[in-house]
Amino acid sequence: MNFRIENAFQTTRRGFLKGGAGLALAVVAPGMASAATAAGPGSTPADAAMVDGAFAPNAFLRIGTDGAVTIVSKHLEMGQGVYTGLATLVAEELDADWKTVKVEGAPADAKRYNNLLWGPAQGTGGSTAIANSFEQMRRAGATARAMLVAAAAEQWKVPASQITVKHGVVSHAASGRKSGFGELSEAASKLPVPAEVKLKDPKDFTLIGRSAPRVDSVAKTTGRAVFTQDIKLPGMLTAVVAHAPRFGGRVKSVEDKAARAIPGVADVVAIPNGVAVLAKDFWSAKKGRDALKIEWDESQAYRGSSDAILSDYRELAKTPGLAARKDGDAEAELGKANKVFEAEFAFPFLAHASMEPLNCVMKFDDKGCEVWNGEQLHTGDQFALAKTFGIKLEQVKLNMVYAGGSFGRRANPQSDYLLETAQIVKAINGRAPVKLVWTREDDMRGGFYRPLYLHRVRAALDAKGMPIAWQQRIVGQSIIAGSPFEGFLIKDGIDVTSVEGAATLPYTVPNLHVDLHTTNAQVKVPVQWWRSVGSTHTAFSTEVFLDELAGAAGKDPVAYRLALLEKHPRHAGVLKLAAEKAGWDKPLAASKSGKRGRGVAVHESFNSFVAQVVEVTVQKDGTFKVDRVVCAVDCGIAVNPDVIKAQMEGGIGYALSAALTGAITLKDGVVEQSNFNDYPVLRISDMPKIEVHIVKSAQKPTGVGEPGVPPLAPALANALHAATGKRIRTLPVGDQLKA
Amino acid sequence: MANINLNGRDVAVDVPDDTPLLWALRDGLNLTGTKFGCGIAMCGACTVHVDGQPTRSCVTPISAVAGKKVTTIESVGSAKVGAAVQAAWQKLDVVQCGYCQSGQIMSATALLATNPKPSDADIDAAMSGNVCRCATYVRIRAAIHEAAKSLA
Repeated sequence: MNFRIENAFQTTRRGFLKGGAGLALAVVAPGMASAATAAGPGSTPADAAMVDGAFAPNAFLRIGTDGAVTIVSKHLEMGQGVYTGLATLVAEELDADWKTVKVEGAPADAKRYNNLLWGPAQGTGGSTAIANSFEQMRRAGATARAMLVAAAAEQWKVPASQITVKHGVVSHAASGRKSGFGELSEAASKLPVPAEVKLKDPKDFTLIGRSAPRVDSVAKTTGRAVFTQDIKLPGMLTAVVAHAPRFGGRVKSVEDKAARAIPGVADVVAIPNGVAVLAKDFWSAKKGRDALKIEWDESQAYRGSSDAILSDYRELAKTPGLAARKDGDAEAELGKANKVFEAEFAFPFLAHASMEPLNCVMKFDDKGCEVWNGEQLHTGDQFALAKTFGIKLEQVKLNMVYAGGSFGRRANPQSDYLLETAQIVKAINGRAPVKLVWTREDDMRGGFYRPLYLHRVRAALDAKGMPIAWQQRIVGQSIIAGSPFEGFLIKDGIDVTSVEGAATLPYTVPNLHVDLHTTNAQVKVPVQWWRSVGSTHTAFSTEVFLDELAGAAGKDPVAYRLALLEKHPRHAGVLKLAAEKAGWDKPLAASKSGKRGRGVAVHESFNSFVAQVVEVTVQKDGTFKVDRVVCAVDCGIAVNPDVIKAQMEGGIGYALSAALTGAITLKDGVVEQSNFNDYPVLRISDMPKIEVHIVKSAQKPTGVGEPGVPPLAPALANALHAATGKRIRTLPVGDQLKA
Repeated sequence: MANINLNGRDVAVDVPDDTPLLWALRDGLNLTGTKFGCGIAMCGACTVHVDGQPTRSCVTPISAVAGKKVTTIESVGSAKVGAAVQAAWQKLDVVQCGYCQSGQIMSATALLATNPKPSDADIDAAMSGNVCRCATYVRIRAAIHEAAKSLA
């Protein structure tokens, strides 16, 4: 059985339709026919033409008569470097001059811009951007190159085979003729699009593997990059919403006189889960929002508390759940064993807390709905908005702008904040464009968290100290249940994202049993994927528990893992590399100030393999510092090594933030945190030294946005144990080491 | 209504006195490089210079800066230190999502203006008010050293 999320997405063609809204079916059906051809650029000669004065051989590329190369990204740039990565792929095969390359966001059009790993749906997630685009983008570049060469051959009356292209210059050595792309673009646009193009042999790559500079660095260091928050349309109103204090709460009555009296406030409207104040600017809208007096109907509101949820989960964990993996008979082996090792792991709700609080700009008129957004789930959002406005899918125009982070949050399967904007737009009959702005508090308390989970793991060792049985029970909410993804990510009652990483345990254990209790019936907190999804918790429980077993067997944690990874050479590869670069075979240098410790973890997510060695120094009072993290990653061909390095650094920092202090807690249904004062996040002073080593590989490239996250927390917990002898089994670490 | 010297030019801002400088810049003057992150001076995304001092514009009412010199990300590069910081940021490809980076650059520029050769500890102290959720901190530190080197 394979539980990987992206493999599940490969079945989306049927799954998305089955799981999606009925309305969607008729609309998306025509796209399915072209979904297959969309993989190859320029499926018909008619595709080649001058578009806006530029040669556009396919949907991914335009070459202007001035030689400017514009690459169209079907994926959202939210920091992960995808604009740079996709442009690298096109420019490589085009032999473009990198300095002339620009990238713009694609419109919503699943026929041309679908994620090839998601069937007929367009969107960005699951660390799939480079994996699904690797050949598609290279073909887009190679096609344009072939047409430019053909145009030059015709003009110069020389054989195409004698023409070379380098750094954006087309040349014929024998005749000494040369031309830029711009001069050839118009002639090239009149030629038929070749059905077949030859892609480069990887040994001839000049950009792939060479760390081309990021295409967004200048815009993002000069304040010129445009995020949703920066969009301003003529006549636009800013909306700030008073949300119900508890999930599921509704408005009973509103007293809005004081709000309406604030200068700049244009309107106050009720929407299903709150009251929106619309004003000419943010500050007036926020003052208006704060002046509302609202009585809430909380008859349907959820009133759970984190502590109570956890104790309920503990009870549930005593009973068997639905089997997600069953090799051999773990229960029987555990029954026979002289000694059973047992541990419980607990994980809190986590907020994504991107730097750009959620927001959305939308207008609606007789042409349809137009949106400006850090757009991550185009097709799903189109369906949701088309349904809300009662219009056709193609009347929903999405303008994808830079997202100030997301970590999963902007890919909301329920289109939550987009629909909230739509409800406000509808409530004012579309008379003005609306910018919805969530404050940090709205964002922190708005739900859609990484779910709270409890794991209970039991194991027994054989005579040689190797695990003979492993029984793991996972209790928590399903992210997927009730979403349009249900049809293909829930199999036989198991949400694959709840168990991924545990049900796919790579270690050789003859009797392995993983089961799951899904708690959506009793816990009504909105939950969502959070950078690396199921692996945010499964990597922790499996890698900490394995460390405990290695300790019980008296074995070195690296050697113990390697002995169990015989069937998983890529796991073993990164583990060996990280251990070697960290100097695992030598003792850790002592510190005068405190006890030092070193821990390791390895985990696969999204088909990428990452191992990390964490070094810590713990003071007498239990405070500690993460000194260094050594990271090894195998993500196949490294398209842009520096972006990969950046994603590992960032993934480590994001994971460390959550591991040290990250926790959203509920009390009587109310979220206790509100902002960075009570949801502390990692700051520069806590950032360790990081070394990243990339495994040289000829395998197809896989993602890097998420896989840097999972190994950090378990490696940290293992390091803290090495330093202090205390096992951390509950996240965040918080004050657990303090006496 | 307040008069300020914004990026070298005298401007009149027609917003209520309690409006934070951040929103006066963004909504009143259409200068959107300065970002809204938390609204309570906990993240630094809104950092600007007021008379050269790094200031969290989200909690600074426009009335408090009347008659003062305000510099934002849009013009910080017109002075030598700001230009060096931006160049170092670009050379090391510091940015990821980029949303916090205007604030990071404003804080880093203010640091280098008073301390041309900061240690790691100096950098930690000066930059701890600026959150980056992409955790580009390793590169922020390296870029500040790089900018210091280029200015030396």
